[in-house]
Amino acid sequence: MDRKVVVPGDLLSEDAKRSGEGTYIKDGSVYSLLYGLANYRDKINVIPLAGKYVPAPGDYVIGVVKDITFSNWIVDINSPYDGLLHISEFPKRIESDEMSKHLRIGSSIMTQVKDVDPTMKVELTLNDRKLGLIRTGRIIEISHTRVPRLIGKGGSMISMLKKEVNCNIFVGQNGRIWISGGADDTDLALKTIALIEKEAHTNGLTDRIVDFLKAEKGVRS
Amino acid sequence: MIAMDKTDISFFKDGLRLDGRRADELRPVKIEVGILERADGSCYIEMGGNKVIAAVYGPREVHPRHLQEVTRAIVRYRYNMASFSVEERKRPGPDRRSYELSKVSREALEPVILTSFFPRSVIDVFVEVLQADAGTRTAGINAAAVALADAGIPMKSMISSCAAGKVADTIVLDPMKEEDNFGQADLPIAMTPNGNITLMQMDGSLSPDQFHEAVEMAMRGAREIYELQRKALVDKYSQMVAEPGKVEVHASD
Repeated sequence: MDRKVVVPGDLLSEDAKRSGEGTYIKDGSVYSLLYGLANYRDKINVIPLAGKYVPAPGDYVIGVVKDITFSNWIVDINSPYDGLLHISEFPKRIESDEMSKHLRIGSSIMTQVKDVDPTMKVELTLNDRKLGLIRTGRIIEISHTRVPRLIGKGGSMISMLKKEVNCNIFVGQNGRIWISGGADDTDLALKTIALIEKEAHTNGLTDRIVDFLKAEKGVRS
Repeated sequence: MIAMDKTDISFFKDGLRLDGRRADELRPVKIEVGILERADGSCYIEMGGNKVIAAVYGPREVHPRHLQEVTRAIVRYRYNMASFSVEERKRPGPDRRSYELSKVSREALEPVILTSFFPRSVIDVFVEVLQADAGTRTAGINAAAVALADAGIPMKSMISSCAAGKVADTIVLDPMKEEDNFGQADLPIAMTPNGNITLMQMDGSLSPDQFHEAVEMAMRGAREIYELQRKALVDKYSQMVAEPGKVEVHASD
């Protein structure tokens, strides 16, 4: 895989058809919009090294309720834009005056972005079996730009990790991660995720993580 | 401009300037990326005797709310000189000069920032001058451009800034304090690497020919600075790959 560090305005290709994410076209040529890693495949994508999470419909995210209005929970989703969880998107029918019984200010939820309008009004939903209030476990935050690496190609990294550390893990696209399991298992999971975040842009990471887990487990037993 | 006797100061000695530079030579530049823990992007720059820190926050929610734009992000730029940045203590706080510099610097950077990607948000840029030695606005803009890139903000290109001046009827690049104070003209510019100028100011007087010469020279200086900005950003990444352990990771409960 061909990779290169680029800064905004770098010429990436003279073929406008190869413009991917993090790029723009001017006069038929492709330029970088971001400071990051250019990934040359059919399309050229630039992966940023930093930046804020911008919600997109369908994203699974972890949010924290920060306010309650007449019919909405206002949810912090680690983004410049707050999420709105409407009362009708709660899995069961509840009354407006009972909202704080189900989700209080400070409650953490696993949720999904239902819709984002052009003014960046973000609608959330809890209408899915795997979504809902978080009662146990731990939540950590990493940069959202590292999330694709943590998930891996087709979920390879995260499914390996779940199996190896024997934990339940939910990765939010906004960089928040929920981990639930035994105390030692959770600690190992935290350590491993910290390592993945640190070395996110190195090659052959999955293999190195497998070795790391093997070594860590060897010490414990 | 202080009117003065031409014999009082000589700006050149053996064809070189007071600090030993050629007429078209920059002062030494040092750029460090990502030096602030709390900011989303940051940069420290030294251009000769200038020492400047730039910090970028955002995109984030706009406060106060009435400044919000529905279709795009707003950009706020604050240029500030520390009270100890100049010889005589500067009275702290914004003044006429810093308001103007904040405005022109913001307008120098705004054209390349893709504000439409982040409606209803703000990108805050703070530039603090720790030590001043003529050309702080150009140093501030250079640092701010690097800090914006470091914050992961989408931009059409980088912005680089440099000044040219006139002393003893000679056009010089990147004037230092003595040349700025006792010189005949100062012309700072900011531009994209391919030569689109986003800032141009001038004080003093230049003939049309001198003006063209000064602009050409400042543009060459800005291109040199662009290469240094680029190198600083690329080096930061190489460092991250070479010594991954050095980059701190925050895992909060």
